[in-house]
Order: sequence, then structure tokens, then C-alpha cells
Amino acid sequence: MHKRVLSLALLALGMAPALAETTNPDPRKWDEVLAQARGETVYFNAWGGSQNINAYIEWAGEELKKRFGVTLKHVKLEDTASAVATVVAEKAAGRDEAGSVDLIWINGENFASMKGQGLIMTPGWAEQLPGWAYVDAESKPTIRTDFTIPVEGLESPWGMAKLVFFYDQARTEVAALPQDADGLLAWARANPGRFSYPQPPDFIGSSFLKQVLAEKIEDKALLQKPVDEANFAEVTRPLFDYLDALNPLMWRSGRAYPQNYPAMKQLLADSELDIIFAFNPAEASSAIANGELPDTVRSFTFLGGTLANTHFLTIPYNAAAKAGALVTANFLLSPEAQARKQDPAIWGDPTVLALAKLDAEDRARFDAIDLGIATLRPDELGPAFDEPHPSWMERIETEWKRRYGVGN
Amino acid sequence: MNTGLTETGLFLDRVTIALDGREIVALTRRVAPGAVLTVMGPSGAGKSTLLAYVGGFLDPVFEAGGRAYVDDLEITALKPEDRHMGILFQDPLLFPHMSVGGNLLFALPQDVRGREARRARMCHALAGVGLAGLEDRDPATLSGGQKARVALARVLAAAPRALLLDEPFSKLDAALRQQMRELVFAKARESGLPVLLVTHDEADAKAAGGDIVKIGE
Amino acid sequence: MLSRLGPVFAIGLLTAPVAFGLAGTVLPAFGFLPALGGMRFSLAPLAALFAEPAIAASALMSLLTGLSTALVSLIAVMLFTAAWSGTRAFARVQHLISPLLSVPHAAAAFALAFLIAPSGLLIRMVSPELTGWHRPPDLLIVHDPMGLTMMAGLIVKEIPFLLLMTLAALPQVKPARTRTLIAAMGYGRIAGFVFGLWPQIYPQIRLPVFAVIAFATSVVDVAAILGPTTPPPLAVRLVGWMNDPDLSMRFLASAGALLQLAVTALAIGLWIGLEKLAARLRDRCAGAGLRLRADAPVRWAALAVMLLSALAIFAGLAALALWSVAGLWQFPDALPASFELRNWLRVLPHLLEPLRTTLIVALVSTAIATLIAILCLAREDEMGHPPGRGALALIYLPLIVPQVAFLFGLQLLFILIGSAATLTALILAHLVFVLPYAYLCLKDPWRAFDKRYDQLAAGLGKPAWRRFLSIRLPMMTRPILTVVAIGFSVSIGLYLPTVLIGAGRLTTITSEAVALASGGNRRVIGIYAFLQMMLPIIGFAVATLVPALIFRRFRDMQV
Repeated sequence: MHKRVLSLALLALGMAPALAETTNPDPRKWDEVLAQARGETVYFNAWGGSQNINAYIEWAGEELKKRFGVTLKHVKLEDTASAVATVVAEKAAGRDEAGSVDLIWINGENFASMKGQGLIMTPGWAEQLPGWAYVDAESKPTIRTDFTIPVEGLESPWGMAKLVFFYDQARTEVAALPQDADGLLAWARANPGRFSYPQPPDFIGSSFLKQVLAEKIEDKALLQKPVDEANFAEVTRPLFDYLDALNPLMWRSGRAYPQNYPAMKQLLADSELDIIFAFNPAEASSAIANGELPDTVRSFTFLGGTLANTHFLTIPYNAAAKAGALVTANFLLSPEAQARKQDPAIWGDPTVLALAKLDAEDRARFDAIDLGIATLRPDELGPAFDEPHPSWMERIETEWKRRYGVGN
Repeated sequence: MNTGLTETGLFLDRVTIALDGREIVALTRRVAPGAVLTVMGPSGAGKSTLLAYVGGFLDPVFEAGGRAYVDDLEITALKPEDRHMGILFQDPLLFPHMSVGGNLLFALPQDVRGREARRARMCHALAGVGLAGLEDRDPATLSGGQKARVALARVLAAAPRALLLDEPFSKLDAALRQQMRELVFAKARESGLPVLLVTHDEADAKAAGGDIVKIGE
Repeated sequence: MLSRLGPVFAIGLLTAPVAFGLAGTVLPAFGFLPALGGMRFSLAPLAALFAEPAIAASALMSLLTGLSTALVSLIAVMLFTAAWSGTRAFARVQHLISPLLSVPHAAAAFALAFLIAPSGLLIRMVSPELTGWHRPPDLLIVHDPMGLTMMAGLIVKEIPFLLLMTLAALPQVKPARTRTLIAAMGYGRIAGFVFGLWPQIYPQIRLPVFAVIAFATSVVDVAAILGPTTPPPLAVRLVGWMNDPDLSMRFLASAGALLQLAVTALAIGLWIGLEKLAARLRDRCAGAGLRLRADAPVRWAALAVMLLSALAIFAGLAALALWSVAGLWQFPDALPASFELRNWLRVLPHLLEPLRTTLIVALVSTAIATLIAILCLAREDEMGHPPGRGALALIYLPLIVPQVAFLFGLQLLFILIGSAATLTALILAHLVFVLPYAYLCLKDPWRAFDKRYDQLAAGLGKPAWRRFLSIRLPMMTRPILTVVAIGFSVSIGLYLPTVLIGAGRLTTITSEAVALASGGNRRVIGIYAFLQMMLPIIGFAVATLVPALIFRRFRDMQV
């Protein structure tokens, strides 16, 4: 939240340091980047709402300091959009150099917004990073297309996300579990009050809406393009018909919603909900390890496919420590950092690397990870749905709020 | 402009005190060193107001006129702390956060210098009221009579110019009351202090033996 | 004299932030905020506000919450005082309830939520044995659309506040004497109190009641924890707009704050109408000579309500503490399957920074507030009279103007002078709220000081500063430290000023706890709420132990 204040302060004071244009560091000359990065402080603007992710970033900071002399400062955000707003404000104030944001954890609409406004360091640098060699861009198409927007090397992949569902096999019959959105509606009819989704515009809640939209919309190709107001009502009718049917069958009859994923997790632990979902396949295992969920919790996914995306790191055009930010992005892409991240005991975030491209030693790091009893193997995760164009999320959130957000 | 200047003792020169334009006290009197002037009247008559006037804490709601002198010094021109009017109230009001000795040391004038000298003076003052050796006691542990004596020793230790007594015996039981009257008046005579006594008890006035002024009747 | 500065500081600190803050809120509400390109006045922000879906429903919810919270807690306090004052039960309940005053609102709200949720402690205790429930019933208790749970959460916190205010006013009306007099005429205990004593007590607690209305109409933390979400009450929505990364939402937020001001004003206006109605009803009953002697059920009900409100919080807080050390704790187990310190160990490193800010801000703002309060009271001594009604209303100003309505503008002001999110700004913002409590809590013990000690010391030749330092202050140690503890607990409980002025960069235990509330991680919330509750308790323990220790040799200084 303080980023917003900073940006407001910048605007208020009309700060406009007119500095001479300098050239951006070139990742193809990696030794020069490393030399330049030494001694720099990188302000990493990343969502700070999860203790284990914060701890992971802390670890990365210690390693970066040790190995490359780069100081990493985690600026904990509630909402990535505020980092974008800071860069927007800095640009408006003419602060084209020495900006306050060096690295942003980003994807989807925020990336689309930054790319659209020319707020990202150019030319495309991500595919020039030394660590790019191991990235699985071939079988993970979301690494080059972020919510339908071509990435073009403007952000470096960090981790993978896929919508998976969790249930407690101690009280929920496996055979009856739904296989798709319609199955979920039928299941909710048979088990009223045992399903819910976080209240949009919570990210996970909105993702559920997109999942249903992706399944129910007649012409899936429409989702790859920006929303067309002319036919919005018509093409989204199946989604809202579905929600009209589902909401009354949900927890609290749809008159209240969990506020986010952690709240939903608590409700599963309390036996209030029977089916919940997350964007991280290892989330249930890590919750079991923390004593937050019983060890009878398991995962499942929709056979027809669920939403999948990649999350990235990007560097603003006016970052103060661009070399340091490149070094950080590259380190976070390294097999060592990626394997550590995938460990459910640490974070459990799936890697963006292709294991086949790794040497034996690095592959062993991944083989050694105990994914946990509740985590599906990569081949069990089912097909991936591409994210719709970012404009869809915004539009269906508004529509949801109008229809259900003020219902009482 | 008056004859009091060359004489000694406490002189109340045309003192008037009024509340909302109604005069409640009007007095011109002299109290010689060692003598007692007793002011009597029913409660609410303004007896204590007179003491507050002489002591320097008259509530601003009252309008006061006239002057008060001790010897040839006009005390009504001074701040309360520069008047050196020793006061005894009906309660002993020993400072509860100081030991008995601490109460007395607080009262001793600053010109008594040196820890040892001050302590000796304090012990002497305590002995003077028959309480030798009680200097380290918590005032709360003393009996009523002991507290009254410490209060007297404290007021005398400050080397006052006069004593103002506000019904100081009214809360003591009959036997103690007689003892304290004798002790207070004896000490006042001994130190040559003029005393202004406010009371509604005829026996106090009788024991004081000085002039009696009745107000509010 | 230094004391002359007391009232100057107090008036400046209480009115300037409110006045500047209101200006900083009102101008953007009409489109004027040059920093964001709003150069001319327009009604666009207000139009946008009224175009927001269900804004009227949110405003109505706020209005009703304010009125019902004040009404229920005031009636509970009135009936309880009427029925029980002067009895042993009264003294006991008073001792039970007083500590609740120092429990921050957010912690009390968590406590209630952990107690009464369908998966909460209460249902766990009786399930499945009595209820047959092996899983929580699907009941909408917390976040209910009517806001009943939110009102309950506010009521249990306002009852102790109004009770202590009533207790302060009680001795001045000589209750024992009047009660006997009225009882002799054959009136029931409650009727006698309401006809005979309450009319004299109420004017003295009227400002605190207004403060309750203002607080309840604009509360954010309790509403976020317990209140409805579809849609939320007005204040929650406008803080949401304020937090929106899109800076242009500030215009909407300011317009919302203006509406909030109107809602609170309307609530207080309606309350004044209710006062008139109630007075007329009372006069009619008293005029008719209604004795109402069969009031036993009401008496017991009043006692039950008081006990229930206190016990609910205590039980909830115990549940919170339990969650903070719980391993897996599944429904319907009444106790966790295992206990562990892992949660504490994991959270502890992240606690240090907010804890440090909490302590610095609370200690410094309380120290300044206490100093100013003392200077003000010393000045009153010099003047020889207490401040008039106007000055007293001024002291209540920050408590009666809804926080959101002026904190937005205040935040803007801090940004413009370049000190947003600094420790100084945060301390200043806390001071605005701590100072009224410091003054209000110190004034009675201060005035109760026997002035003859001072006169006596003057007679001993001690100048004013010496009398103040050697006699007045030491003898006032206990009340002053109590005021410090109260100020400390007020500062710890402040949510909105911390969130808005600290701007997320400076966080306290309370702002962190509320931020975590939406995550629903009971273990982490348990830890934060436990700390929130413990800090004021430690404050009061220090306030009790320090004088006891310093003055251990002096019996009359012990209580």
C-alpha cells in the first residue's frame, strides 16, 4: 500500500529529475552484468501475503548477497497493481531514471498493462538470460504467452500455476467427485452448502469464474481476444446461468463467501467445505505438513482441463538497479533455486524448467523432492486451459459484483 | 499610612472579603508574637476563607481588600511560598510518600545545609514533640495523636513567621485534643509566633486564651 | 509558566488534524485535488459514489449499526446500574468488565468470531454429544447480512466503556441517598433509578454515547472481521477504495468519506430525537406514578447480559490463545489433537518489526498525551476552574467525528508535507486519539487531589514548581500511570489511523492482525490477537506494580 503513497507523493511534489539517457545492461554480456550488479540493491516488489513465500525470498536474498554481492529488499505488496501504479506515477512525474521499483512479481493483467504502456525494460531480455537454456518453453506454452499477451522476452518465467481441487477422503466419496463444471453443479446439488469460492475480485475466486467461463462458453476463441461489449451479455450468459444455479447451493447459500484461499483452506479443515481449490498443486501437501489440514486430504482435477498459467518477474523501464534485477531473475531461474521452490516443505511452486534439459546433478535435486501425499504427479494434472485475455477477468468481476456482490 | 509598620506580630489591616458583593469578613486586628487570635463562627461563615486569604490561596471567586503584615513585612504582597505561614488543618496531611523524617526534612529551610546537620535538626524537632526515634516510620503506621504531633513538628521545622490553625483539634478525641491544644500553644509561645486560630469550639478559644472575634453572626 | 502551553497544545492537537483532515477529505470529494489533476470543482465524484451498486444499502447498514449498538449497550448499562449498583454483585461484575476496556476492538471481534462461528468453540463443546453434529452446521453467523454479529461484537466492547463512564458520573448524584428516598415512596429499584437518578447521570455520559455512535457507524476493523460482505458497511467499502492502486479512486473514496460524515451526523441527529422521545416516555410514566415493582426478571436479565458479554470475550480470548498453540484441530474436537510452538516460532521473526513500531508509537504518543493532559490540568488549577462545555466538546472532537472522514485528508496532508508513513506522523495521528482519553481519565483523580497538601507545602516555603514535583506528582503516581496504561492500550487498539497514516510501511500488531483476518489462519490470528490482548494487560500490570514497588514502604500509597 505504501507504494501508492509514494507515487502520490511523487505526483504531489512534481518530481522530475531530467537525467541523461543511459543504456540498459545487455544480458548477452553476462560478465559485464555481474560486475555492474555487484553492490546494487534490488527492490523486489512481490505479494507478501504468505509466510513461506516470504521465507523463500529471504533465502534467495541471502544467497544473492553471498554469491553476487546483490542486496535484495522484499517490498511486500498486498496487490501487485500498486507496484504498477508506482511505475505509472513515476513515468507521469518524468522520473525515467532511478525509479523505486527494480523487479516485480507479475503476470496477466498487470503485465498486459505494463507492456501496453511501455513500462518494461527493453529490448526483450528474458530469453538472453544464461538460465533461459533450461526453460521448458516448448511444452509449457504459457511461458511465451501470458494471458494471451505475447511475452517477447519482457518478463522472465518464475513458476507454474494450475487450478487443482482438494478434498478430504475421510469424509468425501472419491467416486462422486466432479469431473467438470457441470459435474460440480450436480455434486453441489447432492451436497448443498459444501462448496464455495472466494469472493471476487479475489484472484482465486475470479479464476474460478474464468474456469467456468472457459468450460461453458460456446466459442472458446473469443476468450483469446479482448472483451467485445456488443456480445458480452450473450456469450457470458452460460456462465451466469451456471452461477445462478450454483450460488444458492453453496456454503451459506451464497450469502457470504470466504475472503481468499487461506480462508477456504480453514473451512476445509473445519469440515465446513468439502471441495476447495488452489492455483498451486502442492498447496495441500504443504498445508498437511504445517498441520493446517488433516493428512487425509487429496487432490483432483477436471479431466477436461483446468486453467493454467505462468508467473513471471519483470524489470521496469526506469529501474535503478537493472543489472542487479537481471542477476536476481537469473538466479531465481537456476535449477537450484527452482528445485528449492518446488519442495512443498519450502513453498511447493512447480518449476518452469524442462527436467530433460538439466544435467544429472540438477535433475537429482528435483528427483529428491518429496512432493507429498496430496500432490498430483505432473502427468496427473490433466490438460491446461489457457488464460483468457486480461480484459475478461476485469469485466466478469464487475458483472459478478453487480449481480451477487450486493445481493443482500 | 498605618501604625502597624513599626510593631511586631501579625497585623490584619482592614481586611475585607466578599462573595458576589456580599461582605463576609471585615476585620482589623493585631496578634502579638506568642499570642492567639481566635476567629469563631458557624460553618460556612468564612472562617477558613480568612485563613486562605492570609495564607495566599484565596479562591479567585472572592473579592478581598486590605492588607496583612507580619512584623513590618506586608505578606499580602508576596507569593504564598514567600509568606512562610505555617498551616495546620484538621487533618494532619502528612505526605504519604515520605517517611516521618522525610516530611520534616522537606519542611526544613534550605539554609540548614549538610546532610548531617539537616538530619540532626530533624531529629531534634521530632524529639521536641515527644516522638524521638520515629523518623524512619511510614506515616500511615502512626496513631492519630502521633500524626498530629508530626504535623506540628513539620510546620515548626519550616521556621514560619506565623501559624494559621484551621480547626486543628476537631478530629481528635477528647483526651488527645486537650494534650494537642496545650502542646501547640506552648510551642507557639516558645517560638514567639503569632497564631490565627479558626474554630467553632468554645473550648479551643478558652484554651488559646487570646482575643476572640466572632464572624458571620 | 509551562502549564500555559498545555491547553494550547491540546486544542491545537485535537482540532487542527480534524479540521485539516476534514478539508483534505471534502475538497477531493468535490473533485479538487491538484496533485491528481483535479483542478476544478465538480460533482463527478459524488455522482460516481451514488452510481456504486448498493451504496444506499451500505450506508443504511452503517446507520443502523451505530444506532443499535449505542441503544443496546446504553440500555444494558442503564438497567444493570439501576438494578445492581451498590451491591456486591455490582462490584464483582465491574471488576470483571473493566479489563475488557483495554482489549482492542479487533481482538474482541476475533474472540467473538472464534466463539460463535458454526465451527467455533461453543458448537465444538456441545457437538456431537448434544447436537448430533459431526460437522459444522451451514449457518450464516459471522458476516451475516443483517450485521447482527458485527453489532454484537461492538456492543460487548461498548458496554465496558459506557459502564465506566456511568460509574464516573454516579457518585456525583449521591445514589445511595436518592435510592433510599425513592424506595421509600414505593418505587421499584429500576423505576426509581430511571425516574430519579438517570436524568442527572445521562447528561454527563452523553458525549461518550455520541462517541459510541460515531465509532459504530464508521468502524472498519470490527466490520471487516464480523460484518456483512455482500455488500459491506460503508466505511469498509471506502477504505477499500482508498487502498485501490488506482489513484483516481481517491476522489470516490473522499466522496464516500463525505457520505460517512453525513451518515454519522444523521445517526447522532436521530439519536437526539430518540432522547427526546425517551424523556417524554419517562416523564409520562413518572407522572403517572408507575411504581413498576415487579422488576425482578429485568434485573436478572440485566445481570445476565453483562455477565454474558464479559464471559463471551474471555472465552473467545481463551480460544484464541489455544489456537495459537494448536496443531491439527478438527471439528468437532473441543481441544486440539496436539499442541505445538511451531506457529509461534514461525511467526515470531515477523512479529519483531510491527511489535517495535507498536511499542514506540504507543509509548511516545502516550507520554506526550499524558504530559499535555497534566499541563492542561495544572493550568486549570491556576485558573481556578475547569474548562467549559465548549472545551469539553472539543476534547471529544476526534472521538465524535468519524475517523475515516478526517484521516483520509490527514493522510493527504502528511503526503503533501512529505512526511507520510514516518514514525513522527504516525505518533502524531495516534496522539489525536490518545490525548482525549488521557485527559478524560486523569481529570477526576487530578481534581480529587486534596489541595490542602499544596497549601501546606506553600506554607512551608516551597515554590510552585517544587510543590508540583515533590508533592503533587509523586502523590499522583498511581493515577498518572493508570492513565499511561489506558493511553497505551488505546494506541495499541488503533487500527484505521495506523493503516492510513502508516500506509502499510509502518505496521503494528493490530494492523497486522486485521490484515491477516481475511486469511482466516486461526493460528496466526490467534498469536496476533493474543499479543494485542497481552500488551495492554502488561501495561496495566506495570502501572500497578511500579508504584507498589516505588512506594512499598508507604502504606497509604498502596491503593
